[in-house]
Amino acid sequence: MALFNGRNGKRHAEPDAPVIAMRGVRKVYDTGAVQVEALKGIDLTVGAGDFVAIVGPSGSGKSTLLNLIGCLDTPSGGSYRLLGEEVEGLGPDRLAEIRNRRVGFVFQSFNLLPQITAWENVELPLLFKGVPRRERQERVEQLFAQVGLSDRMRHRPTELSGGQMQRVAIARALACDPTLVLADEPTGNLDSASGKDVLHLFEELGEQGRTMLVITHDMAVAARTRRVVRIADGEIVEDRAVAA
Amino acid sequence: MLRLGLVSHLFRRTARTQGKRMAMTVAAIAWGTLAIVLLLSFGEGLKRNFSRGSRGMGEGIVVVWPGSTSKSFAGFPQGRSLRFRPEDLDLVRASVAELESASAEMIRWGNNVSRGRRTLSKTIKGVEPTYGDLRNQIPQAGGRFLNEIDEREKRRVAFLGNRTKDELFGSADAVGETVLVNQVPFTVIGVMTRKIQMGNYSGMDQDHVLIPLSTFRTLYGRRYVSDLVVRARTPELTPVLKWRLYEVLGARYRFDPEDRRTLQIWDTVETQRVTRNMALGIEIFLGLIGALTLLIGGIGVANIMYAVVRHRTREIGVQMALGARRSYVLGPLVVESLAITALGGAIGIGAGVALVSALAWAQTQTSSEALELLGAPTFSFGVAVTVVVLLGAIGFLAGYFPSRRAVAIQPAAALRYE
Repeated sequence: MALFNGRNGKRHAEPDAPVIAMRGVRKVYDTGAVQVEALKGIDLTVGAGDFVAIVGPSGSGKSTLLNLIGCLDTPSGGSYRLLGEEVEGLGPDRLAEIRNRRVGFVFQSFNLLPQITAWENVELPLLFKGVPRRERQERVEQLFAQVGLSDRMRHRPTELSGGQMQRVAIARALACDPTLVLADEPTGNLDSASGKDVLHLFEELGEQGRTMLVITHDMAVAARTRRVVRIADGEIVEDRAVAA
Repeated sequence: MLRLGLVSHLFRRTARTQGKRMAMTVAAIAWGTLAIVLLLSFGEGLKRNFSRGSRGMGEGIVVVWPGSTSKSFAGFPQGRSLRFRPEDLDLVRASVAELESASAEMIRWGNNVSRGRRTLSKTIKGVEPTYGDLRNQIPQAGGRFLNEIDEREKRRVAFLGNRTKDELFGSADAVGETVLVNQVPFTVIGVMTRKIQMGNYSGMDQDHVLIPLSTFRTLYGRRYVSDLVVRARTPELTPVLKWRLYEVLGARYRFDPEDRRTLQIWDTVETQRVTRNMALGIEIFLGLIGALTLLIGGIGVANIMYAVVRHRTREIGVQMALGARRSYVLGPLVVESLAITALGGAIGIGAGVALVSALAWAQTQTSSEALELLGAPTFSFGVAVTVVVLLGAIGFLAGYFPSRRAVAIQPAAALRYE
């Protein structure tokens, strides 16, 4: 279990706990007049090294689930343990630390900061973590090599193609060597060729044993994962392993 | 200070100029700063002038006029007018330990003072040598005040007020020259240095002619003083000194020391305190106007920061998703607000100091009395501290409150923001 023994500050994590352990997790959006129950009691366990596709129609609660898993939002009820640590009741700065060190995000619309270079985008999580300069430099270069963009490091996001931007975003997600990588429609805004590149990267990550959750509409993407979780109306309606 | 380093690092990466809007905000802050710098500087100049002016008549002095009794005492009826002799001061000097210095003063109005063909009507005062120091009448270079020998030998010497000198002599030197006072020749021994005098009880000092008390008594046959000028050892002892005067003079002239009508007292220590408070009040008022003007600039900064935060909400969400603590988001935004404020403040202070210096220079070039009374606007250390503290507070608050809103929401909500 090499993944658990990195320098990721997992002081609270239990080595043998599942990466994700959700019990009866609910999420209610209070819009004043109406209360919308986006998630109605989710039970989900994801072990280390699993590669999971989350599928379902839009509005089914996929993104809400991913936000909860990534500690971008807090559940309204139920229990969520990330790497064995109960997330409920943690302060905003502790949650920020968890996002920084244990979770990497890849978004559909890339979400690169437009005014800084690709290099600086990838460096951000390392800055937040407090990694020394020299180490940051080595790490960023290594990440760009990994996603095959070493020649585009000094460009601004606007000077990159969609596929390149998403690869920069993946490099950024991997910057602090997270246990868990979360992706929300990573190929949704890409043409099929770029989509394939990105998908290939994900496959490589999966082979390296990183735990990954990917939201997708694309059954071709889902087919490459090891497990498919189908959500409808805020509930898990199907959870099956993909035949290898 | 790794955190500060990180914040400044993030600031350099995330801050973007907002073009015209930012220029206008900087201008608003600069304008507000200029207003407060000017108003406070004028207030400071006014205050200093007030304090100088109120001291012009003399510092810490008490002027005592004889009054009349309002109570019957020791067999004497009420309504008895009192008159003091110069010798009474010897008694006061001997028996009042709180007394530092004193002078009797005799005044005669409407005297002919002439030199050559020019004749003026002037007030003549017979005073003791201590009077010059008490009443802040400082001789110009080349002259001196009346001294003990003048007094002892009843010399016919005169110390001129500076305007009297100007009227008689123009720009020519007066010391050593002779003037006729009621047809009696006097030698001018000194001329008063020009001063700002804001209070008087017998006309302005610049218009007077002072001669030795002994000379005055001999020439005009006066036995009684017009008033006594006294000063306590320290300003705090002034009330004690006044009380002792009632006792000592009361014992001599048989009046009740509790009878406040027997002495008419002008306590300039008290007056100076009032004047000081008044000047301070004016300064606070001016400062308040300036602060309000600056506040409007501050609202501009808060406004632009709200816009910045709205504009960058999604980016803030991304940063938080990547693990930015709240302070890493808040810090650079506050620094940005402080930077705008500091830039505007620097421009405003620069322009203010330049204007103040220009005005101070203009005052040295003209002799307008209005300008003179206004006092030299002074950019003092106090003004600088006030302005810097105000600017800092405005910059911080205008950055902190809009940004706090941005980090208070869940990152997921910030990421959804369009």
